[in-house]
Amino acid sequence: MKRLAKWRLIPLFALLALVLSGCGKPFVSALSPAGEVADMQYDLMKLSTYVMVGVILIVMIIFVLIFVRFKRKDDRIPKQVEGSHKLEIIWTTIPILLLLILAVPTVAATFKLADVSPMDKKDSKALVINVRSHLYWWDFEYPGQKIVTSQELVVPTDEKVYFNLKSMDVKHSFWIPAVGGKLDTNTENINKFWLEFDDKRSNEAGNLFYGKCAELCGPSHALMDFKVKAMSRDKFDAWVTAMQDVKEPQKADTDLAAQGQEIFNQSCIGCHAVTPANKMPETARLAPNLTNFGDRSRVAGILDHNKEELKNWIQNPETYKPGNMMTGKYKELNDQELDAVAEYLMGLKVQE
Amino acid sequence: MSTIAQKKGFGATVWDFLTTVDHKKIAILYLIAGGFFFLVGGLEAVFIRIQLAVPNNDFVSAGAFNEIITMHGTTMIFLAAMPLIFAFMNAVMPLQIGARDVAFPFVNALGFWLFFFGGIFLNLSWFLGGAPDAGWTSYASLALHSKGHGIDFYVLGLQISGIGTLIGGINFLVTIINMRAPGMTYMRMPLFTWTTFVASALILFAFPPLTVGLTLMMFDRLFGANFFDVTMGGNTVIWEHLFWIFGHPEVYILILPAFGIFSEIFSIFSRKRLFGYSSMVFATVLIGFLGFMVWAHHMFTTGLGPVANAIFAVATMAIGVPTGIKIFNWLFTMWGGSVKFTVPMYYAFGFIPSFVMGGVTGVMVATAAADYQYHDTYFVVAHFHYVIVGGVVLGILAGVHLWWPKMFGTMLSETLGKVTFWFFFIGFHLTFFIQHFLGLWGMPRRVFTYLPGQGFDTANMVSSIGAAFMSIGVLVMLYNIIMTSVKNVKVGNDPWEDGRTLEWSIPSPPPFYNFKQLPLVRGLDAYWIEKMDGKKGMTPAEPLGDIHMPNGSFIPFMIALGLFIAAFGAMYHVDKEAWALPVLIIGLLVTFGSMFVRSIKDDHGFHIHKEELQDEKGAKA
Ligand code: HEC
Ligand SMILES: [Cu+2]
Ligand SMILES: [Cu+2]
Repeated sequence: MKRLAKWRLIPLFALLALVLSGCGKPFVSALSPAGEVADMQYDLMKLSTYVMVGVILIVMIIFVLIFVRFKRKDDRIPKQVEGSHKLEIIWTTIPILLLLILAVPTVAATFKLADVSPMDKKDSKALVINVRSHLYWWDFEYPGQKIVTSQELVVPTDEKVYFNLKSMDVKHSFWIPAVGGKLDTNTENINKFWLEFDDKRSNEAGNLFYGKCAELCGPSHALMDFKVKAMSRDKFDAWVTAMQDVKEPQKADTDLAAQGQEIFNQSCIGCHAVTPANKMPETARLAPNLTNFGDRSRVAGILDHNKEELKNWIQNPETYKPGNMMTGKYKELNDQELDAVAEYLMGLKVQE
Repeated sequence: MSTIAQKKGFGATVWDFLTTVDHKKIAILYLIAGGFFFLVGGLEAVFIRIQLAVPNNDFVSAGAFNEIITMHGTTMIFLAAMPLIFAFMNAVMPLQIGARDVAFPFVNALGFWLFFFGGIFLNLSWFLGGAPDAGWTSYASLALHSKGHGIDFYVLGLQISGIGTLIGGINFLVTIINMRAPGMTYMRMPLFTWTTFVASALILFAFPPLTVGLTLMMFDRLFGANFFDVTMGGNTVIWEHLFWIFGHPEVYILILPAFGIFSEIFSIFSRKRLFGYSSMVFATVLIGFLGFMVWAHHMFTTGLGPVANAIFAVATMAIGVPTGIKIFNWLFTMWGGSVKFTVPMYYAFGFIPSFVMGGVTGVMVATAAADYQYHDTYFVVAHFHYVIVGGVVLGILAGVHLWWPKMFGTMLSETLGKVTFWFFFIGFHLTFFIQHFLGLWGMPRRVFTYLPGQGFDTANMVSSIGAAFMSIGVLVMLYNIIMTSVKNVKVGNDPWEDGRTLEWSIPSPPPFYNFKQLPLVRGLDAYWIEKMDGKKGMTPAEPLGDIHMPNGSFIPFMIALGLFIAAFGAMYHVDKEAWALPVLIIGLLVTFGSMFVRSIKDDHGFHIHKEELQDEKGAKA
């Protein structure tokens, strides 16, 4: 009995230690839901956990009793029992009832989460975002607003946001753990779903959620992160207007940046757009749109957003994201040129 | 037989095993090969846990990591768990039904060699330019995108070993249908035999879809087809369906026999007949049947739509019912029994909480809407390791200890066995329990690293420490096996003393013809019944007579070898290597030539004469 008690405690202690060290981070944990979808899923998790913990408890009680009472003490031959209809009926019907308790809300939630009918309504006001996944970066197009941004999704809070998901190369999966479950970006069809970002809880999470690719997609799958900036509808509208105002590539405002822009226009513009309008066909968008690169919080989704890291990235993307699609596709830059390009890119801002 | 083999010298022993068609020796081959691949897969697991122990680690590169996880999963499922289960099916099932061998001994050997060469082929990828790297599920868009020959190794290797598994399954089915001893009705079959039967039926229906998928992918990669190339009108979701129509039943192919092993153990060491035998049989068949109705729960996030997701969610939950029935039947087998805690019983006892944990998280991931959160995260990794390690691997380890004396005539050390158990068991929970939380906290699976500051660090370290414990457990077991074999202390027919089924009524290891006279089965737990009636052994169902036995043959080895050679030709043909086409042709010639020889050359086997049987020591007239 003592031994038994000991090993049951080990996972418990480990769990306790972890719970104390913080139940995951609010900007990335599914256990701190920050929107309607994540809430529904969290409720289902809790419901199923209660039911299942109940089942575990019953099994464990019988289990421990057996250990205490029926250890072999003598050489007797126990009675050979065939079974018991009564017991068997009990442990068939009770699980069926438990599963029904779980199945009904599951089916209801499944249909609710798949309801994207407002997307297809004529002149609906619903915000729609086209998400396109690429080896190892994310493109976000706002067709109604006619703007494109990359790597950092910008969304208004307290309203349903609808998504069209598609992949441009291999299968990926679009996931913002704190805001809702994932949906795959397939290569052959567009998947649709919606999410809602709760204003208060977005604030508590720092207004910046972590998004992830959840489907193995190659060497840098682990690094295919994106960020989500959640803001009030007013701020969002202001952001959209600011983006729309960028009709021409922004002019550099220092000499160094001007030199950088020149280099950029020679080496990089073939892949990277610096205007938000989406004139190019889908398949020709080979790299993240950099219109508002200076406003972002990460470089390439993972590195700290500063000039040093930016230079590191441009100099050798392969060390930071193995297998990425930028490596080796442009001429090498010397230190001075790097500095200039970085200066230029950091200045690409649409907001203060 | 093993004593005779020892006298023969090393070369002759090897030849004996290369040509054997005896189910007991084939079982040993499966055990050795499966055990070897288990160690390889385990080593890969250790690499994974070292890499993930701390954030931003660079123990292995991103590309190498993907190769390691792919090979870990593929190896553990196809090359370790399946063959180890097959080892017990071969070693024990014919004995349990009172047969002298399987229905097709030649096919049995062929099945083994196909599996073996397929596995070797797959693992040679490590030395020939890199292993497959698209995950064990090898989703088509990534698989077609993958450079090098890794995926080709996967596609060809699994096709070869898959044929082996398929014919092995068919063989078991025919054996159980046709070769039961007099009186052994279906409802008197031991539960391990029943689970072998149902698992074999699942193999029969599950492996063809996999083979179809692999063949399509082979055509895409090697012969310029476009089944999965979306730009040419292909469709990659088809691959997901084909893979999981195989993949989900595969889980039951592995777990049902493990259930069978545990059923035997609970009953033997509680000295009680299995509680609710008929409902256990019914639950087994039902699980097998439902196992084919639920594959799309692996694709809840693929975008099949709410109708499909809801149906598959409910169907999946339904499997919880027969599984629950089993758990309670096991518990009530022990209830009121006289439970002896031997090493097999340790595993069986430890299996209950572990598997219940895996089962309930199974119901959790079945709730489709919530699964959008769990899917492809460490929660799922935790769930299926609770099922596969907590169920299948504990079952295999239990089986090794339980049937070691029957297979080798020696008894593994109980003390060392218990040491293994504790290390493995504690390590297992330490490694995987915490992973449920990692997933919920936002860690996707199959990531080669993670950035600090996301709250994943401590938990990953805990998990890696657990893996070290498990490794120690396995090493102790290896030591145990070696020491036991060196000491070589022989045991009698029924070393656990409470054996209930036919395999315990004959010597350990059994003579190569198993039963001198076929036994008469008078009920469930045939041997137990005789023991309770005060008899020493089984009542024979036939007079002593000549026994017809098959001859050994080298042809199975050659058939498999030919495909192994041909696979290299097929693979390098893509690189326009001049030698590739000839190698492909030579390989196929070897295979079909061997089959031709087998077809035209009559092999009638041989007879052991009545007189020889009477002379054998211990023979009762
Ligand atoms: C072949 C097309 C291509 C060319 C040419 C190219 N890039 Fe990129 N670039 C990419 C891709 C693809 C990514 C996304 C990499 C990833 O995250 O996996 C990227 C990412 C970036 C990022 C990070 C973007 C973000 O939102 O965080 C920066 C900055 C960048 N590139 C700068 C440059 C500069 C400067 C040049 C010219 C010297 C350049 N790129 C040339 C394809 C290209
Ligand atoms: Cu990915
Ligand atoms: Cu499944």
